[in-house]
Amino acid sequence: MVTWALLWAQLFNGLVLGALLVLVAMGLTIVFGTLGIVNFAHGALYMIGAYAGYVAFLHTQSFILAMVSGAAVVLLIGVILERGLIRHYYARPPEDQILVTFGLAIVLIEIVRLIFGGISRRTDEPIWGNGVVNLGLLYYPRYQVEVLGIVTLVLIALYLVLYRTKIGLIVRAGIEDPLMVNILGINVTRTFLLVFGLGAMAAGFAGVINAPIVSVDPDMGAPILIQCFVVIVIGGVGSFWGAVAGGLIAGETLSLTTMVAPDYAQVMLFAAMAFILIVRPQGLFGVKTRQ
Amino acid sequence: MSLLEIDAINTYYGEAHVLFDISLHVEQNEVVALLGRNGAGKTTTLKTIMGVLAPQSGAIRVNGEPVQGLAPYQIARRGVQLVPEERRIIGALTVEENLELAALSAPQRWSLSRIYQIFPRLGERRKNHGNELSGGEQQMLAIARALIRDAKLILLDEPFEGLAPLIVRDLLKVCRLLADEGRTIIIVEQNVAAALSLAQRCYVLNNGHMVWEGTGAALKADPDIMQTHLGI
Repeated sequence: MVTWALLWAQLFNGLVLGALLVLVAMGLTIVFGTLGIVNFAHGALYMIGAYAGYVAFLHTQSFILAMVSGAAVVLLIGVILERGLIRHYYARPPEDQILVTFGLAIVLIEIVRLIFGGISRRTDEPIWGNGVVNLGLLYYPRYQVEVLGIVTLVLIALYLVLYRTKIGLIVRAGIEDPLMVNILGINVTRTFLLVFGLGAMAAGFAGVINAPIVSVDPDMGAPILIQCFVVIVIGGVGSFWGAVAGGLIAGETLSLTTMVAPDYAQVMLFAAMAFILIVRPQGLFGVKTRQ
Repeated sequence: MSLLEIDAINTYYGEAHVLFDISLHVEQNEVVALLGRNGAGKTTTLKTIMGVLAPQSGAIRVNGEPVQGLAPYQIARRGVQLVPEERRIIGALTVEENLELAALSAPQRWSLSRIYQIFPRLGERRKNHGNELSGGEQQMLAIARALIRDAKLILLDEPFEGLAPLIVRDLLKVCRLLADEGRTIIIVEQNVAAALSLAQRCYVLNNGHMVWEGTGAALKADPDIMQTHLGI
């Protein structure tokens, strides 16, 4: 029986899940848009962020430090991966790129499993996230409200970088036509490093803040990666607002379907994607890109 | 020393040999036309100069400095700027953002107001996105991107293609202004009359081979070449 209270709770759950999907999908969509690489290791980077945050929190008991170090660790890993591996694949066929990132995901997951074992772990909520808040319509876990706030702040920061800075100008242009950006005197490969690093960092950061909500295990990145692909297809590749809209639609679709028919939640997500593919193949905010 | 010297370059698209021992030179303040039928290798020559395609052999020198094998951005920073046939305006950016993007890495740039003086239409549409512009406006913006970088050598690839005669007239006026100012230009154009009205010298390409070079006047006086290689 669906009650108003349940409906509101699920709507809010969908919002929090959607916000996290937006954050993870943002890196994936911008990396794909600019570099043309479908990064199957993106989910693994999210997972590493969660573990980095877990370890930092275990040793310092400071969630702020956990967020900073989780993001920093994954940024560093992202930069190393881009320089050492990914950049050699920019000019290679898509199947090579998929194979290398897919293989990379397996390697990263197994390294984490080797170090931490397969059992799932849990990061405690920060002290400032304990308890519930009265949202008027319902009482809701304080930490999840805060997650929503944190993600919103991070997205505003990302928006400002993309739309108010020179780097953002290059990234937005690079999503559409990296060759022309190159012809206009800009070293796109250097920008690519930054894009890949920031994309990885966003995923890692999402892993840290989601760790108290879900359990942390080596395979936690796989489901979110698949959901993020759906987010990108719905929103449109390389689009900031596409990732936002796609993430929220995916989050609410999963959450509201779970309320009435949990078994069909994933099915509905793919049905939503199929519907968008039929009516607007480039996605809600997609632009036509140049090959 | 020539501003641009090309010495016997050979360029391939994958396995296909497209340019055969092409040599040409462009002097400071000169407008040179590159003519020929479709598929003659004109666009390939411009792309090779810009570094979009790397020649397998031969040399390209800008101000005496070899540039073959460099990335497009490195060649652009030496003052060469391709205005591509497809225009390649960034549709998601506004007119002003497209211009700012072009100016980012330029050692010395023009002000936006100087650009809008030459192209008042771009000034009116400066807040519009690239994908909202007409073909003529996109071509203006494509040329303006080279100007805002204060490019020393502008490679114009079919700038008048597919545009209404009135717009061609306006663009031609701008090109003439640039030529009179002493800007160095290589123009590739199917519209031979328009190209010859701008260029002092021209080269004729056929099937990837250089078949003729000389002044515009000499070309006009040679009906054989006009007929055989340009179909006029």
